[in-house]
Amino acid sequence: MVWQTLKRWYHMLGSPRYFYTFSSRVLPWLTPIAVLTLAAGLVWGLAFAPSDYQQGNSYRIIFIHVPASSGALMGYMALGVSGLVAVVWRMKMAEVMLKAIAPFGAGLAAISLVTGALWGKPTWGTYWQWDARMTSMLILLFMYVGVIALQAVIRDPRQAARAAGLLAMVGVINVVIVKYSVEWVQTLHQGSTLKMFGESTIDPAMKYPLLLSMLGLWLLYAVNVLLRARTEVMWRERRSKWVNKLVKEGDR
Amino acid sequence: MNAFRAALGRELLVLWRSPAEIINPLFFFVMVISLFPLAISPKPELLATVAPGVLWVAALLAVMLSLDGLFRRDQESGVLDMLLTAPVMPVVPVLAKLLAHWLLTGLPLVLISPLLGHMLQLPDAALGTVMLSLLLGTPALTIVGAIGAALTVGLNRGGILLAVLVLPLYIPVLIFGAGAVSAAAGGANVDGILAILGALLALTISLGPLAVSAGLKISSGN
Amino acid sequence: MSDSSIRLELVQLGCERDDRMLFSGLSLTARAGEIWQITGANGAGKTTLLRILVGLHGFFEGERRWWQPQWQQDLLYLGHQPGVREELNPLENLRYACALNHQVGDPMAALAAVGLRGFEDVPAAHLSAGQKRRVALARLWLERKAVWVLDEPYTAIDQDGVAQLDAQMQQAAEAGSLVIYTSHHRVGDGVQRLHLENGRAEVLS
Repeated sequence: MVWQTLKRWYHMLGSPRYFYTFSSRVLPWLTPIAVLTLAAGLVWGLAFAPSDYQQGNSYRIIFIHVPASSGALMGYMALGVSGLVAVVWRMKMAEVMLKAIAPFGAGLAAISLVTGALWGKPTWGTYWQWDARMTSMLILLFMYVGVIALQAVIRDPRQAARAAGLLAMVGVINVVIVKYSVEWVQTLHQGSTLKMFGESTIDPAMKYPLLLSMLGLWLLYAVNVLLRARTEVMWRERRSKWVNKLVKEGDR
Repeated sequence: MNAFRAALGRELLVLWRSPAEIINPLFFFVMVISLFPLAISPKPELLATVAPGVLWVAALLAVMLSLDGLFRRDQESGVLDMLLTAPVMPVVPVLAKLLAHWLLTGLPLVLISPLLGHMLQLPDAALGTVMLSLLLGTPALTIVGAIGAALTVGLNRGGILLAVLVLPLYIPVLIFGAGAVSAAAGGANVDGILAILGALLALTISLGPLAVSAGLKISSGN
Repeated sequence: MSDSSIRLELVQLGCERDDRMLFSGLSLTARAGEIWQITGANGAGKTTLLRILVGLHGFFEGERRWWQPQWQQDLLYLGHQPGVREELNPLENLRYACALNHQVGDPMAALAAVGLRGFEDVPAAHLSAGQKRRVALARLWLERKAVWVLDEPYTAIDQDGVAQLDAQMQQAAEAGSLVIYTSHHRVGDGVQRLHLENGRAEVLS
């Protein structure tokens, strides 16, 4: 039953035209929810959450840093999954996604690095430390750059997407290995503050605004991906009847 | 199996007849390494500290640069199209190519590395580990780099793009390779690290050639 | 497998490249014993069409059906480039092609047949463009494959060579092969012709 539903979803979302109408319906309410959630999380975290007994107010950057890092990582994983679907099953929408997911993810990786550096100065006394997580994030940024650069130089959009998809698949395996290998080198970073299972080491008064801004940023990422994918779908299907009809209706 | 043997013989022959492809990476390796004592300082203690990293980074770059032309000439001459339309799985000739390429460009780096390690003032006890780590690491570098080479084969500005695509993928091998040499220089047991390098090699050998053939198919227009 | 089952069906085939429709709505059935000539101006999409047929280009609309799943076993494809490495001599090049394609036959005799007797061990770098093309064409004189797909086989070939190639292609068709090639040169009478122009594909006989 679940399988059937999933399969139907897969086929529906695999159709560019269906995707377009679907996203038209989703975006009007997803966009405000995303913006409001993120704003609420950030305001709560930056202005109202208690200050840390060790780090004072400087810790507040985690309300940006942690959501950005998690978003960047999730984005790359999504690239890998899209790559698998695009390369193995040749699904057109997965190709579109490969183009739509990368830029925002790369931006988040960059934000994560900058905020991490800014946080590092008061905490460690230096902007940059080659610790496991910052190094991993730097490499993740490099891999985003690779995916984007490869798509930029291949002229045929479908071929470009499939090439990037293969690279992203290899990249996802690499992300996992890199994570363990840089941890093996050394770790200076503090332990993980949020745990999915078991007890968190973070005060609930800080945890909830953090979760809220994380959720908000993920939703915003989703909005961005949908918008980019819509543009790409329109461009790719510009010769089809439904796009032409849509454009004419828009003119009126 | 016959196709593999024929392909391997052919690849070895092609490389053997263009000696620059074999010698250049080797010279690059030696030259880059000889730059470091000049640039940093010839002080033995200092050199010995940076030697594992220098050796490994130089080997990594030498392998990567040698890969840029791995498929290009076959693509330009039309051999690649023949390979992709043949009734054998593309993995077979691809494996032959990778093996031949490593034997004639990777293996020489491994063989000369103890000499360079000695010149960089590494303790003699670490020289075996230098060789062994490169022996396990360079094939992995060749295979992973070939994925990038396959994806960029049809593009006329391969070189720097290849580096952008491939260098992040080289990092795990670099870390454990250089780590093994450092540990050996410090007198530690390196069996565990070499085992990890071996595991990475096994992973790349099992999945890499498939990814390379997939990359070639994508580059051809699939 | 009987030769008469050999068949290629194209159903509403279309291909777009660099923002331009090369051809669309191309439907045809090609059978054993037929010779198909594909014509069209430069850039009309002849090479792309052949690459779609042999599975090198996968971005197209419509369907391309070969008569059996392992059609590649019986395919002899000569691409736009002759597929000859300059580091190797004609014999080595030919042997490699045969090993990859599971094609048997006497390479020396085939090279002699295309007029390369005495050039067997000259590095291909020293051969002329026509001679390199002949190295590739030598495969037509080995064990006969059921499907020939030849991209501009006449390029750089001299007059005698053209006549010889005509005869070889006709002979292959009579023996039950399906021959598809691109060129402005017509092999002989009874050749089916497919013309590509301005995004249209027309079958002329």
